[in-house]
Amino acid sequence: MTQSNDRASWQPLLELAAGEVFEIMVGCKLGPAANPDDAPSSDLTAMVGLAGQLCGVLSIRCSTQAAILMASKMLGVDTDQANSQVWDAVGEICNMIAGNFKSKLAGLGDHCMLSVPTVIRGSDYTFRALSDSGPVEAILMFEGSPIQLSLEVHS
Amino acid sequence: MNKVRALIVDDSSVMRKIVERSLRQAGIDLSQVLEASNGAEALGVVRDNPVELILCDINMPVMDGLEFVRQMQALDIPKRPPIVMITTEGSESHVVEALSHGARGYIRKPFTPDQVREHVIPLLEQKP
Repeated sequence: MTQSNDRASWQPLLELAAGEVFEIMVGCKLGPAANPDDAPSSDLTAMVGLAGQLCGVLSIRCSTQAAILMASKMLGVDTDQANSQVWDAVGEICNMIAGNFKSKLAGLGDHCMLSVPTVIRGSDYTFRALSDSGPVEAILMFEGSPIQLSLEVHS
Repeated sequence: MNKVRALIVDDSSVMRKIVERSLRQAGIDLSQVLEASNGAEALGVVRDNPVELILCDINMPVMDGLEFVRQMQALDIPKRPPIVMITTEGSESHVVEALSHGARGYIRKPFTPDQVREHVIPLLEQKP
């Protein structure tokens, strides 16, 4: 387990946490982005707040098509049946990644709480998490579509 | 093992479906699955319906899973079903609190059907 103040380790831990959630709950392995500039269109953004020893926001951004595919695979239904569950599915994935990431940092369990997820549709917005350092970001490939993870924290 | 009537409590309808599917994949023969989106709704379901198993999220609006477990202790029902908490929270104090108020197990998300089997089947096999 990694010390919670070891920020250099957060990016690989975030990727590991996301990879485990996708493998177990979605049934897909996440791959590295071939091109680091391969940022997804932000059709959907799910966010979970962290409060306590670690304060900030963890977000996941992806295209609508990628989100529908996630919901479909999570529920084991066709994509046309998954449409109504997309918001809930992406929110839950974000929630599980935040929880899984938190569990990999020593001593955070009782000292960092998670909010319920919030999901935004659309890309015409500005997001400010009042972080005091740059975000920890990762872009990973899900079934050929990029998804972007971002963790913004302040001390 | 007899057929089981289960109550799944989670504010996410996607998670409720995933939990139900995991129970079935774990080999649990479900006769009926009842759902509630928070602890208050779940108390109403339990008052009106006998259930043999409850799987409950912790972090929910209206009434969270810890308060639900506390209020279940005071509920006047003939048979108290085992409650297994399912949550993303890795908080040890939450686990201790839930267990001290009567929850019988704890599964952390993300979870596999094997983990569900390991935590739930022993509870169903115990004599009342």
